[in-house]
Amino acid sequence: MTYPENYRYTKEHEWVSVEGDTGTVGITFHAQSELGDIVYVDLPKVGSVVETGQSFGSVESVKAVSDIYSPVSGEVVEINTLLADGPEKLNEDPHGAAWLVKIKLADPAQVSTLLDAAAYQAYIAG
Amino acid sequence: MLEACGLSDLSELYAHLPASALLDRALDIPKGLSEYEITDYFTAQAAKNADGYASFLGAGVYSHYRPVLCDVVVSRGEFLTSYTPYQAEIAQGTLTTIFEFQTMVCQLTGMEVANASMYDGSTAVPEAAMMALRITGRSSFLAAANLHPEYRQVLDTAARNAQLHVESFGYDPKTGRIDLADLEAKLNGGIACVILQSPNFFGVVEDVKAAADLAHKHGALLVMVFSEAVSLGLLEPPRDADIVVGEFQSFAISPSYGGPFAGIIATREKYIRQIPGRLAGETKDADGNRAFCLTLSTREQHIRREKATSNICTNQALIALMATVFMSVYGKQGLRELAQQNLAKAHYLAAGLNTRFNGPFFNEFVVTPKSRTPEEANAALLEKKIIGGLPLGKFFPELKDSLLLCATEMSKRADMDVVKEVLL
Amino acid sequence: MPKPLGKIRPHFTQNEQLLFELSRPGKTGYQLPELDVPDVDAAEALGAGNVREAIEDFPEVSEVEVIRHFTRLSTWNYGIDLGLFPLGSCTMKYNPRINEAVARIAGLAWAHPYQPESLSQGAMEIMAVLEHHLGDIFGMDEVTLQPAAGAHGEYTGIMLVRAYLESQGNPRKKVLCPDSAHGTNPATAMIAGYQVETLKSNGQGMIDPAVLAAAVNEDVAAMMITNPNTVGVFEENIVQIAGILHAKGAQVYMDGANLNALVGVARPGDFGVDVLHSNLHKTFSTPHGGGGPGAGAVGVKSHLAPFLPGPRLKKTDGQWTWNHDLPQSIGRVRAYYGNFGVLVRALAYIMAHGGPGLKTATIDALLNANYIRARLKDYFQIAYDAPSMHECVFEDTKQEKQGARTGDIAKRLIDYGFHPYTVSFPMIVHGAMMIEPTETEPKAELDAFCDAMIAIAKEVEAEPEMVKHAPHLTRTSRVDEVSAARKPVVRWKP
Repeated sequence: MTYPENYRYTKEHEWVSVEGDTGTVGITFHAQSELGDIVYVDLPKVGSVVETGQSFGSVESVKAVSDIYSPVSGEVVEINTLLADGPEKLNEDPHGAAWLVKIKLADPAQVSTLLDAAAYQAYIAG
Repeated sequence: MLEACGLSDLSELYAHLPASALLDRALDIPKGLSEYEITDYFTAQAAKNADGYASFLGAGVYSHYRPVLCDVVVSRGEFLTSYTPYQAEIAQGTLTTIFEFQTMVCQLTGMEVANASMYDGSTAVPEAAMMALRITGRSSFLAAANLHPEYRQVLDTAARNAQLHVESFGYDPKTGRIDLADLEAKLNGGIACVILQSPNFFGVVEDVKAAADLAHKHGALLVMVFSEAVSLGLLEPPRDADIVVGEFQSFAISPSYGGPFAGIIATREKYIRQIPGRLAGETKDADGNRAFCLTLSTREQHIRREKATSNICTNQALIALMATVFMSVYGKQGLRELAQQNLAKAHYLAAGLNTRFNGPFFNEFVVTPKSRTPEEANAALLEKKIIGGLPLGKFFPELKDSLLLCATEMSKRADMDVVKEVLL
Repeated sequence: MPKPLGKIRPHFTQNEQLLFELSRPGKTGYQLPELDVPDVDAAEALGAGNVREAIEDFPEVSEVEVIRHFTRLSTWNYGIDLGLFPLGSCTMKYNPRINEAVARIAGLAWAHPYQPESLSQGAMEIMAVLEHHLGDIFGMDEVTLQPAAGAHGEYTGIMLVRAYLESQGNPRKKVLCPDSAHGTNPATAMIAGYQVETLKSNGQGMIDPAVLAAAVNEDVAAMMITNPNTVGVFEENIVQIAGILHAKGAQVYMDGANLNALVGVARPGDFGVDVLHSNLHKTFSTPHGGGGPGAGAVGVKSHLAPFLPGPRLKKTDGQWTWNHDLPQSIGRVRAYYGNFGVLVRALAYIMAHGGPGLKTATIDALLNANYIRARLKDYFQIAYDAPSMHECVFEDTKQEKQGARTGDIAKRLIDYGFHPYTVSFPMIVHGAMMIEPTETEPKAELDAFCDAMIAIAKEVEAEPEMVKHAPHLTRTSRVDEVSAARKPVVRWKP
């Protein structure tokens, strides 16, 4: 699996991709594969404010629930409505079509403190 | 077997326990009895109870005829001695009946989804309140004063521990229905839900829609409670409620001195993830055949632990099965006829008595005897091997001169005539 | 036709539609006597707007269709009556039918909770005797029978702790749970208004007194302990653990799920427990019924007794009465007095065994579990070396190398005619297989089960893919739980 070079990653297995002052957030391929078949995604409301490291939602498989921790701080400006009816997309395309939320970043510079693709891959390789 | 375990004496099986933990005497329980002696003992205890009396008690526990098939089905070892159906491949019997139960609860209540059952009606009330709290994010509840008083006590216990607030709103002393003006006055932006019962504790049918409209106007949910499930055979279902909880004891579950019973909780589809307890869902097996399994388990304690919707582990499967058989036996036509008979008997019993409220009633009503106190009336009836009504003073001081009477399809006209004479 | 496997031979059962699909307009299966009073017009009596139309799609079937429907469905279930049911921590023992018979005696089954006390003396006596016997078994001063189930008993127990600590001036903030705890424990603590702190178990799956001592302070209300714990091991430091908690004013709560290992041998009240619940549907053999009803008796030491839910039984002048005058009580936890019908069954069980018989049953339960452990230990990795009590827990490390996990082995066990053990719990064990045979299993059944487990261990080595797709012989093959959760369909629609 390829981990896009232009994304940044967390040890809690989220990714963020920045365009201007907006960050798109998702969970990594590794995260979805650990969870197995995803059956439900719980996302925050548009307009809610999230903080780095804080849980803003959860991802469920049949027998497990995982919190999603925000890699960045800011305001949720869009959520991926595709996931409500198609949680399986998170298994199929976690780095693309199955992004979770878009966040208007409180501090775009903050992203550079996160792991890059190589560091994340090294981290999950243990 | 001991040898296979590498032991020489049975006491070695627990020899590793700390000495101070071991019981150094025999239990203070007499030696074992035979089947005959046990039957004898319980038959003797049963004889000290009210065996052979006609009864006009209701108040949440009703004497309805139990079709023979109900016990036949629940006595099948495959149902009786099975576990919670986690292993779907060898639990399709239980899972299918739960799915049918959930469907029938929806058909009866006019709701979109229902769970596999709750402990009973009383404990379903705080579960509904907590569900409303999760949905609305508000933490106060308004409960009707004519809600079953013991249901209210259970709600108060739960609320006190969770540091939540429950307030009462009153009833109209003429109709016995809730006081809509008092409800409106007490509604505010902090109320998660309004809880009312219909038929209420006095047996009076409420205007659920009017209460729901008021609750919704203030952003609160409407929780409708019922304790007499047979009423659903005739009464308009509470379609305007957001959550319906109730007691299915009337559906072939013996009164059994108060339990075990089965409660229900039903709601709208959009709240499905906030429902507590077990849910059975439809799916397919690997060969493409229709199959059922427990679903949405991530709401529950064994997965979400301290973040679960409730600590409830299971449902009242066998009791719910009894009710499912009952609903199948009576069916569409029979449940209505059964309800109609209850209505007719109760109205026959009430005719000519000094009834306390003038609101419409199903099979229970409050009566104020003119010439005797409730206690005197009941004592007079007991002499004729009849258990009268429930004296209401214990729960409602303002009604200490009154009793709650119930008639069902099992009430005989001759007994009712005696009651009418004594309670005049 | 699949090949017979072990003692299994397949047999046919008819397929069966749902009741709603079987329905035909106008069919009925009920009988009601003719009305002996004048009929009334429902619209007139109730108001036209309050009367419903016919219940849409409600069943319309005949009596014989009802009995066939449920009988066919029943044959798709597995139960204790069909064979060993080794679910760990669930105590699936034989359910004696005498218990069913006595619970149906009319004077008990038809007793109304509001009938006069003078006409309820038998029911009250039964409850009083059961309270006494359970108190003796638990080593506790008082017992309430009001909670409807184990989880409900836990909830009651933690509320008692809160009420007691409040009366001491401070309800405190936290409840400790070991990481091996059943999920209900933290869920209960949370609902009772406490924060949950999880303690890591030591290398033997037990509570580490040093870890505990570091975690206990004046904020801790109680620790919820299961003993024997969820790996089937007796907490050997229990007396010391209780001492550490008591020294800081915290209470010891015991989850009695595994009480079947202790009855007549050791008493929680004697090893430092302040409050416990017992699942009467486990230890005291009342039927599980596919998930209920149960009953969750709660026993307490005298300092917690004033807070018990009301009403309480009281004997005055030789007569039982219900005492509602309990100023310090936590209040009611349910309507009426408890799951009386379940209590009757539990008392019948206790009476049938008697004191000596209960102890024998406990020892047999320990022997059966240790026998299974001895027979399987060369094929499966035992989770901890500590001696097993009434259940033994293995991990799937040996089988995982071939790609077969505890869940797969469990499903293959179904092909051999047994209900699976408890899968993947406790979570501190890697791929847990938790086996509790109970005392009611004959040696032949234990051997058949062990033979099946050993055969599967060999199959895992030889043909792991086959095991991974089990079961193969059931009428329903592996059920797709993923689709069920993604698009929940929880009711039939036309």
